[in-house]
Amino acid sequence: MTTAGNTASYQNYFTKEHDMLRQAMREFVKKEIIPYVDDWEEAGETPMDLYRKAGELGFLGINYPVEYGGVEGDVFDGIVVSEELCRSGSIGIAASLSIHGVALPPIVAHGTHEQKEKFVRPVIKGKRKAALAVTEPDGGSDVAALKTTAVRDGDHYVVNGSKTFITSGIKAGQFTVAVRTGGEGAHGISLLIVESDSPGFSVSNKLKKMGWWASDTAELFFDNCIVPVENLIGEENKGFYYQMENFQHERLGMAGQTNMISEICLDECLRYVKERKAFGKTLSGFQVTRHKLAEMATLLEASREFTYRIAAKINAGENQVKEISMAKNFACMVSNQVTFEATQIFGGYGFMRGYVVERLYRDNRVMSIGGGTSEIMNEIISRIILNERKVRGV
Amino acid sequence: MGLKIVVTVKQVPDTHNLSRDAMKPDGTVNRNALPAIFNPEDLNALEEALKIKETLGATVTAISMGPPKAKDVLKECLYRGADDGILISDRQFAGADTLATSYALKCAVEKIGGFDLILCGRQAIDGDTAQVGPQIAEKLNLNQLTCVSEIIEINDQTVIAKRIVEGGYEIVKSRLPVLITILAGANEPRSPSAKRVMAFKNIDSKVCETSYDEVYVEPDSCDMIGFIKEWNARTIDADPSICGLSGSPTKVKKIEGVVLTTGVAKKVENTQAGIADLVHELIEEHIIG
Repeated sequence: MTTAGNTASYQNYFTKEHDMLRQAMREFVKKEIIPYVDDWEEAGETPMDLYRKAGELGFLGINYPVEYGGVEGDVFDGIVVSEELCRSGSIGIAASLSIHGVALPPIVAHGTHEQKEKFVRPVIKGKRKAALAVTEPDGGSDVAALKTTAVRDGDHYVVNGSKTFITSGIKAGQFTVAVRTGGEGAHGISLLIVESDSPGFSVSNKLKKMGWWASDTAELFFDNCIVPVENLIGEENKGFYYQMENFQHERLGMAGQTNMISEICLDECLRYVKERKAFGKTLSGFQVTRHKLAEMATLLEASREFTYRIAAKINAGENQVKEISMAKNFACMVSNQVTFEATQIFGGYGFMRGYVVERLYRDNRVMSIGGGTSEIMNEIISRIILNERKVRGV
Repeated sequence: MGLKIVVTVKQVPDTHNLSRDAMKPDGTVNRNALPAIFNPEDLNALEEALKIKETLGATVTAISMGPPKAKDVLKECLYRGADDGILISDRQFAGADTLATSYALKCAVEKIGGFDLILCGRQAIDGDTAQVGPQIAEKLNLNQLTCVSEIIEINDQTVIAKRIVEGGYEIVKSRLPVLITILAGANEPRSPSAKRVMAFKNIDSKVCETSYDEVYVEPDSCDMIGFIKEWNARTIDADPSICGLSGSPTKVKKIEGVVLTTGVAKKVENTQAGIADLVHELIEEHIIG
């Protein structure tokens, strides 16, 4: 041991300033979301009015350029907002207020000034929703094989094809759509901004899902859909790479949300085991319950620390593609177990609608599927570590 | 430029969440054991000011008297939409009762000058006196509308408001300038804005001895003020002999927690006569009627 106990230092990820933002967000969630969660879950959508309010207060614009109405912040400010949104106990609501976080970054990074004025400013102000459309009915993870085509015709593109599982598909006013403009594979993909009132564009009915009920999900159809060429993001055929640039942040966001699912379930259990009685004592009086809670808490602690550590490195500008893929997978492994055990502790009530653990059990399932499946994460991780070993001569 | 509104705010111990060590053995409040919060009705007062700002255009200045830590409530005012914050802080103000507090606040409001409207929460949850607002109005020789549940109409000349009075309400009209104390139910205070939190989270307070106009910048955007102004007794020309403890005729001797319990239980017969007896008794005891 080189350091004495009292001189050991550790890193705090959140500062007093982050806490202030957290307090503001928490108040917003408590006042504007929590009283309505059950209604919106049953209705299958989150009202635009909430999105508007969040936008007016600036919660949608954290980490977006100030010149387009955003608010300067760091990675942990983003985490604060995301964590507090999850505290509503509905990941569907959280998703519907944060999905623009995957649709806008390519525009911010590669768009023109005009595109940012038209497609970034109103979205972070809460005036219109933006969604990302990549997955197709015939292929999800295999992005490079996508089939929706865009053929240039004078001053516009003619788009044909369809997209599915599109979060906020019903309510979005604009979509960042991955289309094929070139040859096969990743090199032939471009990103177009398609507005929902474009000629030839249509949306299916709301898709019914296992979880995330308060978030509207839909299929999109492009039937000779006309999109002006000025809606092309960056250069033609670079869309796949633009999309890849944002994976790191998307996965960090999902890892954080997944940890929150575990945290809320654990909190619910800690409260419930002190109230619920069986065989003459509270559930917390049983060793089997206590050990279950201890394991849940341990897993959560490890997962959260891991995610925060990687967030700090991303915040410092380091490339963390491998690590964030690991963190997303680990968070999902943990939440799979924690949501299962939480439902077990709640017993029959855990199976009943209206209980938070029941909802989170369902809301959790897609975390290992969306934003890159666990299997795709493992492919990324294994490719990188095999390569690392090769470099190190192992 | 619209109206010039001053809102008085106070940082108070959270008396709704009392813990075992909330009181010291000597009967005074153990402020370290209680979290400090924004006095709830002051939030309603601020919200009224911000609503007027939105409809008529106004500059909203929040002022608070308290120790340096009280600047936290002023920061919160900025997060929610106030244009400016002034902390009245000086050792000489320590131990002030409502009379000495209203004197210091009156001096500060005079220094700000040119105001059209002063908004206060009806009362603070630590003392529940509801005296400071009315006392400020008296000292400034201003009209006052207390216990207002709704500002029905306001322009740059007059205000029409609904006051809650015993057994009902009254609609009253006053010329500006006026001091109004606001009730809890008057509105639903808005949440802090993320944009403003991010803009003001690092703001600090700074002792300033210059006159108000010299440091005042016309508000327009988030970055218009660089710091929360800290004023002491000298800045606001307060007479030390009527400030703080020496200006406070009220001395708290002891504070006790009293638990109210029912004394006698009584069974009422479910008959006309039984009920009539009970009603008669309640009238006799002056409980009803």
